[in-house]
Amino acid sequence: MNVSPVLDRQPLVTVTSDGLYCPPGDFHIDPWRPVARALITHAHGDHARWGSQRYLGTSPSVGLLRKRLGAEANISTLGYGERLKLGDVTVSFHPAGHVLGSAQIRIEHRGEVWVVSGDYKRDPDPTCLPFEPVRCDTFITEATFALPIYRWDDTRLVAQEVLRWWDGNREAGRASVLFCYALGKAQRLLAELARLTDREVLVHGATHALVECYREAGVRMLPTRPVSEMEKGTSYAGALVLAPPSAAGSTWMRRFGEHETGFASGWMRVRGNRRRRGYDRGFVLSDHADWPGLLRTAKETGASRILVTHGSSDTLARYLRENLGLDAAPLSTPFEGETED
Amino acid sequence: MHRLADLYEALDATTSTNAKVEALVGYFRDTPPEDAAWGLFFLTGRRLKRLIPSKALRQWVRELTDTPEWLFDETYAVVGDLAEVIALLLDQTERPAATEELPLSRWMEERVLPLAGLSLPEQRERVTGWWHVLPRRELFLFNKMLTGELRVGVSDTLVVRALAQHAGLPPAAVSHRLMGTWAPSRAFFEQLIAPDVSDGDRSRPYPFYLASPLEQPPAQLGERDAWLVEWKWDGIRGQLIRRQGGVYLWSRGEELITERFPEIAEAAASLPDGTVLDGEVLAYAGGQPLPFSLLQRRIGRQKLTARVLAEAPAAFMAYDLLEQEGQDLRGLPLRERRARLEALLRDRPMFPVSPVITAPTWESLAEARHESRSRNVEGFMIKRLESPYQHGRKRGDWWKWKIDPFTVDAILLYAHPGHGRRASLYTDYTFAVWKGEELLPIAKAYSGLTDEEIARLDRWIRAHTREKFGPVRSVEPLQVFELHFEGIAASPRHKSGIALRFPRIARWRSDKTPRDADSLERLEELLHAPA
Ligand SMILES: [Zn+2]
Ligand SMILES: [Zn+2]
Repeated sequence: MNVSPVLDRQPLVTVTSDGLYCPPGDFHIDPWRPVARALITHAHGDHARWGSQRYLGTSPSVGLLRKRLGAEANISTLGYGERLKLGDVTVSFHPAGHVLGSAQIRIEHRGEVWVVSGDYKRDPDPTCLPFEPVRCDTFITEATFALPIYRWDDTRLVAQEVLRWWDGNREAGRASVLFCYALGKAQRLLAELARLTDREVLVHGATHALVECYREAGVRMLPTRPVSEMEKGTSYAGALVLAPPSAAGSTWMRRFGEHETGFASGWMRVRGNRRRRGYDRGFVLSDHADWPGLLRTAKETGASRILVTHGSSDTLARYLRENLGLDAAPLSTPFEGETED
Repeated sequence: MHRLADLYEALDATTSTNAKVEALVGYFRDTPPEDAAWGLFFLTGRRLKRLIPSKALRQWVRELTDTPEWLFDETYAVVGDLAEVIALLLDQTERPAATEELPLSRWMEERVLPLAGLSLPEQRERVTGWWHVLPRRELFLFNKMLTGELRVGVSDTLVVRALAQHAGLPPAAVSHRLMGTWAPSRAFFEQLIAPDVSDGDRSRPYPFYLASPLEQPPAQLGERDAWLVEWKWDGIRGQLIRRQGGVYLWSRGEELITERFPEIAEAAASLPDGTVLDGEVLAYAGGQPLPFSLLQRRIGRQKLTARVLAEAPAAFMAYDLLEQEGQDLRGLPLRERRARLEALLRDRPMFPVSPVITAPTWESLAEARHESRSRNVEGFMIKRLESPYQHGRKRGDWWKWKIDPFTVDAILLYAHPGHGRRASLYTDYTFAVWKGEELLPIAKAYSGLTDEEIARLDRWIRAHTREKFGPVRSVEPLQVFELHFEGIAASPRHKSGIALRFPRIARWRSDKTPRDADSLERLEELLHAPA
């Protein structure tokens, strides 16, 4: 077992070869290998992995977790804020504002409180509950977009931009193929666009299954139809198609005829990232906290120690330490943040 | 500046050539000429003389945004473009969506250019003041004006095409008028798109005609007799103009280099008025061209002392006559132009005429090509005798048949991030060869790989980094690449003691192991081999 950075007292969460581990509670959080008991912050692939004996997640995420972990997986749920005693500790889930059902995990042990943020954002999102700052002694934060150039615009402005792009392509008789992650980003776009239009949107099969989960959870979105249900020879002129980034450049794209491509991601904030991948348009939209969001959150938790995972962890830890005077250190994990596909 | 920002956005939002031309035509049509002139200035990749040291810009933005230096450097390494990183860092408070419009020409003439005469504190006050009020996209453009090139993914050819379409002129005429130095002004832009084709500027060169590389065997060009063959000179392609009492020597990069070559300028004063020659500036003595490195040494000198002139004497090797007695000859066949050229330059030793190679068949020509290296030339030029003088790289009439480059198998040692759109990829590489058990860097190269290979190599580099030095990474010495280069020279400045000329990547030799890479000794042999 590898133990995480030097800590003065027995840590409530350590990094082991299986994942984040809580010794007094004897459970793992988002383990990357099968374990006896796994607490899951949210249903993204790098957090909810298959094969553990028992899972514990939030009630609103259970549909997504079933999709990811299989029908036989042993999943119990807790509502947000509900407390459960596990071993020597008390755990509870709190909204992280990342995707449907996403949570931070609070762990309390003899008066000491740790919070594992999972992935989170501070911007409003009609598909999930907003992030709730939880006071704690040690906060384990993500750092996917931990550079001061990453700042997100109001999501409604981004949605308007997407709609203008779609309208422009409609006028020119082209299809608009918008790449975005199948879980979270696609549904958020569909929900944001529903404020602006009621047109139907076509979706890739991978996206479709997850859109259905969101509908079952009561999220209001634009009507959708899977591309696979379209007749052969259908014209896609004027259509908006949502697809996961892995579909870019595949033969699946051939059916769309004349089209423009876009990518909705926080990485699109930097011009070179878009040009290098050859997308026509980049829309800056992320389900992760931006730089001000990360800093603000670190302060709001009141934590006396911050551990940083995901992405630019060294950078954020150093800034918190040197510029905000917080006790902060990187914690190395294989979480991926917002990857390219 | 709104219009330029709109144009920039339109060009940036499409990968289609036609859409780009359309956006450009719209811009030239709807923009007042004094502003369009400045737009054109930036679109053609021209840049202002540096007004503010970039160090100062960095410092100001760090102070304004309270960003520590290490964090700025990390961020800059990710973005790769100073103008963009400044715009992104400043974009943190509520910014105005649009400001009161000040036309581009007034921005340039009333605000940007006058910065030159100001002290740093005064510059700081003005620049940061504008930083506060400019909307994000204009902020980026403004920074680009201060830091250098504002190319927007459009080539000069596209710009010329759009201008020609807008003005209803042939592209060649527009491209001719765009050559050389010009000041972005209303008068210039109006004259640029004016229907009257006779222009007054006596210094203006004709657009160069460029040869295409010959990829097929020369026999496929047909009859040997239809072609004129010359050596491909290894110098600076130039156009020498003698008009209305003046002499102007232009490089192919549209730079006026008359003053760098006083002996050529002096000799040209005796040419008849209304003469334009196309040819090559060479280091040249005793009727023989000297190695390019001599010419290079001379270009590098700040001051042309008598000693420099004596060490690297220059001459203009002429191979075409574009204008005679003020008449544009470009429409005449090469056969005719060549005859006139020879007659004109008889007995003028400063203007040797590029000799014609008489080898009567393609086979005998291939034989003669082996002499190229010993003659300090790069191979052959093959020109169709009946062809007019075209412009740009129009295929079919002029071919260059270059000798094969030197090759070396070298090991990737360091990776450097690229610039601009490639800033987040490792695209520049340092290569090394063996000296005993040690690896010595011999060349830096960045071109030659496909985008797909660059992406693959980028991933490999990230996974096999040994050390980071700022933005540079040293990698495990495992990957072998075949490099091509055009020449080699001794260089005490380099640890390896040699410098390669035009090194580039020919292919990624994944079939080779590091032990298969070449040694420094082999390169040193090339150095000592007869030139
Ligand atoms: Zn996630
Ligand atoms: Zn994640």
